Amino acid sequence: MYPKDLRYSKEHEWARTEGNRVRVGITKFAADRLSDVVYVELPQVGAEVSFMQPFGVVESVKAVSDLYAPVSGRVAEINRALVEKPELINTDPYGEAWMIVVEPRDLAELDRLMDAAAYAAMVGEATS
Amino acid sequence: MVPFGGWEMPVQYSGIIEEHLAVRTRAGLFDVSHMGEVELAGPGALALAQRLVTNDVARLAVGQALYTPMCTPEGGIIDDLLVYRLDDARLMLVVNATNTQEDLAWIRAHAADDVRVIDRTAEVALLALQGPRSLAILQRLTPTPLETVPYYRFRDGVEVAGRRTLVSRTGYTGEDGFEVYCAPGDAPHLWSAILEAGRPDGVLPAGLGARDTLRLEAGYLLHGNDMDTATTPLEAGLGWTVKLQKGEFIGADALRRQKAVGISRRLAGFTLEERAIARHGFAILHEGTPIGRVTSGTFGPSVGKSIGLGYLPPEHAEPGRRVAVEIRGRAVPGVVTKLPFYTRPQPAPA
Repeated sequence: MYPKDLRYSKEHEWARTEGNRVRVGITKFAADRLSDVVYVELPQVGAEVSFMQPFGVVESVKAVSDLYAPVSGRVAEINRALVEKPELINTDPYGEAWMIVVEPRDLAELDRLMDAAAYAAMVGEATS
Repeated sequence: MVPFGGWEMPVQYSGIIEEHLAVRTRAGLFDVSHMGEVELAGPGALALAQRLVTNDVARLAVGQALYTPMCTPEGGIIDDLLVYRLDDARLMLVVNATNTQEDLAWIRAHAADDVRVIDRTAEVALLALQGPRSLAILQRLTPTPLETVPYYRFRDGVEVAGRRTLVSRTGYTGEDGFEVYCAPGDAPHLWSAILEAGRPDGVLPAGLGARDTLRLEAGYLLHGNDMDTATTPLEAGLGWTVKLQKGEFIGADALRRQKAVGISRRLAGFTLEERAIARHGFAILHEGTPIGRVTSGTFGPSVGKSIGLGYLPPEHAEPGRRVAVEIRGRAVPGVVTKLPFYTRPQPAPA
């Protein structure tokens, strides 16, 4: 099951609205498939990200995967702890392994994302 | 599971890094039955092998194995393999799964009437138990005293978990370990028996992913990535396997010439300052100029760094030399590193 307070992209990013900012990470489904994350490349603070365009990469021993922005806007914060300890993605994908905080241009973009039930269905899990 | 050389192989069971660390500290069990086994039998077996490979098989005692490339007349590497001397007129060549068919065709093309070339691949399964606890674990399953099987020696007819096997003290991880050759029908039983016997030691099944991180840390090459028919053993750092004084073998003239003239590129190890992974084909730079390409790269869990191999001009292939790898448009700095990246701790002298 997936946290109900989050919105989800079809590329397995989650978005949490925090006042007028949006915190972004990747889901447990994505983290499990990657396993053994060794490196995360995040944008600079101040960079612009665009809806469903790549904003960084997550690298495991096996492969490199693009990270897609679930909302457009300006990067207000990046999680340096994650760059130090990328394995946090596998242990706490919705908490300590957040990736960026975005000041969104248009919060309505979040309506284009899925809710927890729809995401769970997409990844083929029954909702509890 | 992924397709690999015509077989379905597991990349991982519980996780690449977890499996890797288990092998380095306890033990891991690999199913490497996909490897090819070619038997040479008859009075001409030794002479054929001696012609085909660069290393000196005449020095092998019965019960001994060696590692060697097999070259084209131009000195390019067709495959790297182990040669086992089974008895006076029988050898077993263990080759890479991806090259088994080509190797067989090449061997057969060079075989005279005094030797039979038998493809045993479908008749042989292979399990590799690797790690410091390997001997203790395997010993629980066999009456044969395994400490009497030293590195690169093997014993045929060893009973393991009640089944007949050939046990060799070889591996591809840089750790102590044993490779257990058996009949395919016995493999599932042996797999379970070894995992069960090793449970108190924390043995883990391990897949291709950990196999690659382990071998790269140990400085072992992978044919297809680090060497192929366009590279010679001298360029690949395998000069120690080339015994030019042993007599004629395919590629000897070319290698002799290359040794006299000098090599124009050399396979070198490198370590990066960031954890970004250098992947096959990425450019290696020196002061912004491309000087070579990455052949293998990964994150080494035991060394805690991004490591890799690549061909460099000899003057740049010296340990300590600063290089960079172009990763997604950025030059990630690093340094040429002497192989192996990882050496297992040796027991303190008594």
